[in-house]
Amino acid sequence: MTTETRPPQHPGEPQTPADPSGPAPGRGVHSPGRAAIAARHLRTDRWWLSQAVTAFGLLAFVGYSTWRAFFGLHTAYAAPYVSPFYSPCLAANCPAMKSGADWALFGSWWQLSPALIVLIFPLGFRLTCYYYRKAYYRAFWSSPPACAVAEPHASYSGETRFPLVLQNIHRYFFYFAIVVAGILTYDAVLAWRNPAGQWGHAGIGTLVLLANIVLIWAYTLSCHSCRHIVGGRLRHFSKHPVRYRMWNLVGKLNARHMQLAWASLISVGVADLYVYLLASGAFTDPRLF
Amino acid sequence: MSYQANFRVWRGDSSGGGLEPYQVEVNEGEVVLDIVHRLQATQAPDLAVRWNCKAGKCGSCSAEVNGRPRLLCMTRMSTLPPDEPVTITPMRTFPVLRDLVTDVSFNYTKAREVPSFVPPQGLKPGEYRMAQEDVNRSQEFRKCIECFLCQNTCHVVRDHEENKPAFSGPRFLMRVAELDMHPLDAAAEEGLDRKRSAQEEHGLGMCNITKCCTEVCPEHIKITDNALIPLKERAVDRKYDPLVWLGSVIKRRK
Amino acid sequence: MTEVERHTYDVVVVGAGGAGLRAAIEAREQGMRTAIICKSLFGKAHTVMAEGGIAASMGNVNSDDNWQTHFRDTMRGGKFLNHWRMAELHAQEAPDRVWELETWGALFDRTKDGRISQRNFGGHEYPRLAHVGDRTGLELIRTLQQKVVSLQQEDFKEYGDHEARIKVFQEYTVTRVLKGHSVRGEDRVSGVFGYQRESGRFFTIEAPAVVLATGGIGKSFKVTSNSWEYTGDGHALALLAGATLVNMEFVQFHPTGMVWPPSVKGILVTESVRGDGGVLRNSEGKRFMFDYIPDVFRAQYAETEAEGDRWYSDQANNRRPPELLPRDEVARAINSEVKAGRGTPHGGVYLDVSTRLPAEEIRRRLPSMHHQFKELADVDITAEPMEVGPTCHYVMGGVEVDPDTAAASVPGLYAAGEVAGGMHGSNRLGGNSLSDLLVFGRRAGLHASLYAAALAERPELDEEQISAAAEEALNPFEGTGGDGPSENPYTVHQELQQTMNDLVGIIRREAEVAEALQRLVGLRERAERAVVEGHRQFNPGWHLALDLRNMLLVSECVARAALERTESRGGHTREDHPQMDSAWRKVNLICSLAEKGGADGSDGQIALVRKDNPPIRADLLALFETSELKKYLTDGELPSATIPEQRTDADADVDADVPDGAEQ
Repeated sequence: MTTETRPPQHPGEPQTPADPSGPAPGRGVHSPGRAAIAARHLRTDRWWLSQAVTAFGLLAFVGYSTWRAFFGLHTAYAAPYVSPFYSPCLAANCPAMKSGADWALFGSWWQLSPALIVLIFPLGFRLTCYYYRKAYYRAFWSSPPACAVAEPHASYSGETRFPLVLQNIHRYFFYFAIVVAGILTYDAVLAWRNPAGQWGHAGIGTLVLLANIVLIWAYTLSCHSCRHIVGGRLRHFSKHPVRYRMWNLVGKLNARHMQLAWASLISVGVADLYVYLLASGAFTDPRLF
Repeated sequence: MSYQANFRVWRGDSSGGGLEPYQVEVNEGEVVLDIVHRLQATQAPDLAVRWNCKAGKCGSCSAEVNGRPRLLCMTRMSTLPPDEPVTITPMRTFPVLRDLVTDVSFNYTKAREVPSFVPPQGLKPGEYRMAQEDVNRSQEFRKCIECFLCQNTCHVVRDHEENKPAFSGPRFLMRVAELDMHPLDAAAEEGLDRKRSAQEEHGLGMCNITKCCTEVCPEHIKITDNALIPLKERAVDRKYDPLVWLGSVIKRRK
Repeated sequence: MTEVERHTYDVVVVGAGGAGLRAAIEAREQGMRTAIICKSLFGKAHTVMAEGGIAASMGNVNSDDNWQTHFRDTMRGGKFLNHWRMAELHAQEAPDRVWELETWGALFDRTKDGRISQRNFGGHEYPRLAHVGDRTGLELIRTLQQKVVSLQQEDFKEYGDHEARIKVFQEYTVTRVLKGHSVRGEDRVSGVFGYQRESGRFFTIEAPAVVLATGGIGKSFKVTSNSWEYTGDGHALALLAGATLVNMEFVQFHPTGMVWPPSVKGILVTESVRGDGGVLRNSEGKRFMFDYIPDVFRAQYAETEAEGDRWYSDQANNRRPPELLPRDEVARAINSEVKAGRGTPHGGVYLDVSTRLPAEEIRRRLPSMHHQFKELADVDITAEPMEVGPTCHYVMGGVEVDPDTAAASVPGLYAAGEVAGGMHGSNRLGGNSLSDLLVFGRRAGLHASLYAAALAERPELDEEQISAAAEEALNPFEGTGGDGPSENPYTVHQELQQTMNDLVGIIRREAEVAEALQRLVGLRERAERAVVEGHRQFNPGWHLALDLRNMLLVSECVARAALERTESRGGHTREDHPQMDSAWRKVNLICSLAEKGGADGSDGQIALVRKDNPPIRADLLALFETSELKKYLTDGELPSATIPEQRTDADADVDADVPDGAEQ
């Protein structure tokens, strides 16, 4: 009868394309009550592409930096340039750097690469960064793989439990990142010398370190925690005009946080590679003046 | 400039259903909702769909087009390849009622869980004074048309039904942020700490800032960067800042 | 007996737009258990489409503004056909209603000193519109929605139930207002009957007071800025319950709606496009508005393009371009160009700002229009012209109500917002609709509550009426409506829209309107034979079939009144009677449901009578100069000599004269 409030039965099986890789029925988008669609997603675009590119980029950097951090001590310095991986250099086994940040806080008992002492901080900063979190949650943990693509996990608690609850300490890494950026700035200033230590000279390496430090600062200052600290936490911008202007400036940088994260990651790698090539004698630094 | 397009529209209800094929005329300048209306008028008069303003201002016609959460009225046919079938399904995070219509009561339940604006004591109507720069942030969040596409795309509830009780979703976490940034909200004076409750009552910690809410927002509100992350930072102020924590311990001792 | 879900409340509000929610909030705060019935989801009402702002004489930007100037502007805009008392209450109470919104969390744009900013708008003497960018309607609806939620949170604390005293029935539709008898045998409202869209089940709510707040009638016209909900439900419910409609011939057509692409046909293109330099051209590239300046406006408008262009930079020494004539004039001109074959391929004219301003400037001044055309039409307005044409926008006519209480003629029935008539006269000013919703929404909620509370004995629901209403609602499934082939409701609806657009549209002629009435009879017979497929669960075909009854009733009111009023005024233009006639200003046209087989022998369902427009109170008349009043009033209505003439700044004196004072 047509006036029944109950719907008619649907003859035949649903014509949804089957997807064997989908999660077991009864979970997520297949929960009871939701529209019966077998596929775990119906996206027709190349949604996996950005996931794959991100994973490749991050893995490439991790591979390169691991190699350099463990085995790069003897190619970490090529006067007047120091690799950003090895600055500050805090162990007795550091190469002597003319006026550089080679402070032997750790004695000769430290036998490992001195890079490992310092890299914790920039690594922690980037690991807890709101952009990188998005990037690796998506790329490595598929949580989610892409928007509206079902994730493979049976349960999810986000950043509510150990260890991911530690992501909340991002802002303390930010404070350290400021210090590290300060030291790298010092390194970039020292680069305005010739290999003999005389001031007022520059080479291509100077420009490489300069570009790197500009990007490092831009990335560091565009941090979401920084945005919060300089002004975001305020309720009444009108009562703090200076901090409001700073918040606006950081906000403009923050809108580019992803681009700056990648640009500065690449520039750190390039700066290190440049020093490595000089130190290993692959070529000599073209001097500008 | 007309052509015949192949559509696959999910028909059914909570007891089951599937994608039904339709061939339908598409004219220049049309949006997906026009095609759904043409199906209603010519081939499927009982095809259920929600819509109101047809101008992207009311947020009624939320659904998924080729697997992506979209407003049907804001998805132009010219952005879809004419030689491939177009798949329209209801939102897949909420229980389906019929065809493209879902039961979005989850969102209205969550709306009720966010304590409302608390008017400041001692200010009568007409005496409110607020600077434009102080209301800008909350005004951005109030552009929200409540299409619930962000709630739909968020994997926290889309992929984990069991998280629904504990998680308010981007739209209502943004509402908490809006009120916390409101220059005259007097919740604190009433003993309500919105920063703390964002995490403890509304599930802010579940959010892993993967930004799908921002990607689907038809109003282009920067939900993640301007609401969720600032709210997380505010929660850090309350709960994870050692100096603040130390201060509160000392205060308690006294 | 029909299976029906039953509820009991003190006050039922039909409609959840600005007026409905404001009424419900008031009723709940008066202690009434209140039901809100919402045709779509909560918070989606058509109010969200309002862009400009809320008119209220707060005087934040210009402190000379006050309620008297607002009243004056409103009366002028409505060509003095407004119910003066409604215009007075509206002007007096609007500021309080806006300020109240702030205490509920609304965030308006601010002035430098932190007050609510106010913007200029057509017909308003001072900057008067409180606004939030160009999404004021959204802010209004969201604020009211969140206030309802806040009241529910209070109830949750007190009773452990959010819906203890105020409940929103989402996706419910009312098809009948039910009536019962009091002890004295008088007909009065007893509740409402309707269906749930989701399940198709029927429901009744027993309540002594019903507030109609259902909005307008635009969906009876082909080209409209209104959403599908605007099917004249409240107008029809009132008629069917025995109440009357006033001045339904006045329908506002906005001159610039989008006409292409079809997906956005009718959507508004804001007036500021023309205000910022946009010009109208026909298919021959001519700025045709110069040919359409009426004699009465000739002194104020530029005669050459050069002079018109100079006005944008130097308004003191030049006259404004004719693109900025009042809405009705521009709409008529566009209509004439298209009819003369000089329209665009899609039946509009070109509105071009791309050759008038640098692209950067367009994006800065008209961000939402740039965005709207880019996203909806893939048209870059900085590079190409828009195609525009008139679009049905607002109905000034509506349920005849008491100005103070918003009560309709049936005891227990109230109406507020667009569904109520009288407030705007023959033409509404921009910005006055949102303030209308708030002022009269509150009044309707208040007086419905007072009425319900004072009622010693509540009328009971009449089972016969419920069965009849259920039977009526199921007709489209049975196909029992008379002899003849069954009809597709979508087809009947399209033909109705075409008929109203072509024959009772922006320009009306006696013969065409008469033909429309004829066609409406045919359409009504066909609508009765409308048959729908499927079952009752969320079936849009069925919903449309039920809405057709309302659209047909309302359309007949519009057509009958349009045929009767032999003058042109505001939103009613008769080509065969182009002048405004002071004698007609005194006349309101009242529609009511005709007895079956009406005495006039016509096939119509509507009876139309003339009724005197009540005389304007003397102290309010004194706000105008006699020379201006002479344009509108008959000699007999002009103020007597005892009231001093030529009072230009009468505000201070008049304050003392107001009998009841400004109600706060």
